[in-house]
Amino acid sequence: MPETDGVFRMPSLGADMDRGTVLEWLVKPGDTVHRGDLVAVVKTDKADIEVEIFQDGVIDELLVPVGDEVEVGTPLARLAGSAAPRVEVAAEPARAPVQAPAPAPVRAPVPSSESAPARAAVSPYARRRAAELGVDLAFVIPAQPGHPISAADVERAAVAPAPARAEPVDQATAMRRSIAKLMARSKREIPHYYLEHDIALSHTLAWLAARNEDTTVEARVLPAALFAKAVALAARDMPVLNGFWQDGGFVPGGGVHLGVAIALRGGGLVAPAIRDADQLPLDELMGRLRDLTTRARSGRLRGSEMTDATITVTNLGDQGVDRVFGVIYPPQVALVGFGKVVERVWAENDAFGVRPVVAATLAADHRATDGHIGARFLALVERCLHSPEEL
Amino acid sequence: MNDAEAEVRKALSSVAPEADLDALPRDADLQEELDLDSMDFLNFLIALAELTGVHVPESEYAQVRTLDACVAYIAARMGAATE
Repeated sequence: MPETDGVFRMPSLGADMDRGTVLEWLVKPGDTVHRGDLVAVVKTDKADIEVEIFQDGVIDELLVPVGDEVEVGTPLARLAGSAAPRVEVAAEPARAPVQAPAPAPVRAPVPSSESAPARAAVSPYARRRAAELGVDLAFVIPAQPGHPISAADVERAAVAPAPARAEPVDQATAMRRSIAKLMARSKREIPHYYLEHDIALSHTLAWLAARNEDTTVEARVLPAALFAKAVALAARDMPVLNGFWQDGGFVPGGGVHLGVAIALRGGGLVAPAIRDADQLPLDELMGRLRDLTTRARSGRLRGSEMTDATITVTNLGDQGVDRVFGVIYPPQVALVGFGKVVERVWAENDAFGVRPVVAATLAADHRATDGHIGARFLALVERCLHSPEEL
Repeated sequence: MNDAEAEVRKALSSVAPEADLDALPRDADLQEELDLDSMDFLNFLIALAELTGVHVPESEYAQVRTLDACVAYIAARMGAATE
């Protein structure tokens, strides 16, 4: 969505988001904003997210008050001082800022369970009309309290807007629904293919242990950061796996923005992105990974982090599983998984030995690439991990 | 409860805020019992270092796996670290 028209809109913070609630405004009318500034905190089904603005200007008016849930694309604020014509928003009836009831979330009358008697009686004709019109009688309220539901009541209900979210859902339920929607879309639309490659890590982990020895705890690097960097470098070299499947074709990502699947305490997960992960030195990437994990679990993520990912990595080794066959985040085309690092008997140079080994897996969109590309990609990840000095 | 134990509990709470530490078996593996991944465990050690000045080397992680072991490890080094 081009954001150059002097209007700041509710952003889409992921393919699974339809609506968002303004939790907090971080700016007020008169404030000067620049591209990239945080302007609001938006609550989605998954998390509370700090949202950036992508244009310069001065905030003229906040159009949606704190607490209101609106659809993606709804104007949230108008900017003054930009060259922007004051079109769309100005076309709406003038309204006092913020205090006025903003476009109220559509909500049909819902029978209140406390006051309503068990269930209103229904006349046979009303029942037939309900069936014809596809009206759920549970949501029909008789015009005259205590009287049976009449055909007129049914017809009135038929033209009333459908009840939006009738009851508020808790965050865990909302998160589950959001994941359900996105993952179902992935499995419905994306013909996944899966590849697996075992990678011996003797040299890699010895290098890492030497690097971490005698460092303060906060300077230490985890294997997860090595995996992330190796994937980012491989994705840069194989751009056909780094991007999106959109409108029947592959669109390369502008840079390698590595999504990282992070399990949340108490259930659910998010996969925010580290921008330009291929260009970050290892210790910086580790710092970003730590920051992202901490903010995903306890604090707040940024809007751009929720939408930028061009390829995602998931690490389930800490949970003890050997390998993970992932589900791709639409509209991305690849997801790379790492399992637990385990000691394995390993044949190399005509000899058996015991090596720490990790299973790297790739789930990729067969519309965008074929197995041959995927195999080369995993080989590249291995080569990167075998040269940790260059990560 | 000694100082070391108080600090260990504080550091654990920072990575597992919802955990009931009083119900935590003293000899149970912390990572398993509190469902800490390696990032959580590192954050726990970082919090612990900030609170006590003790930086547990990677090669000695095995000595801080349980509440009892960790408290003993920290208690033995806290004095040295702050002097």
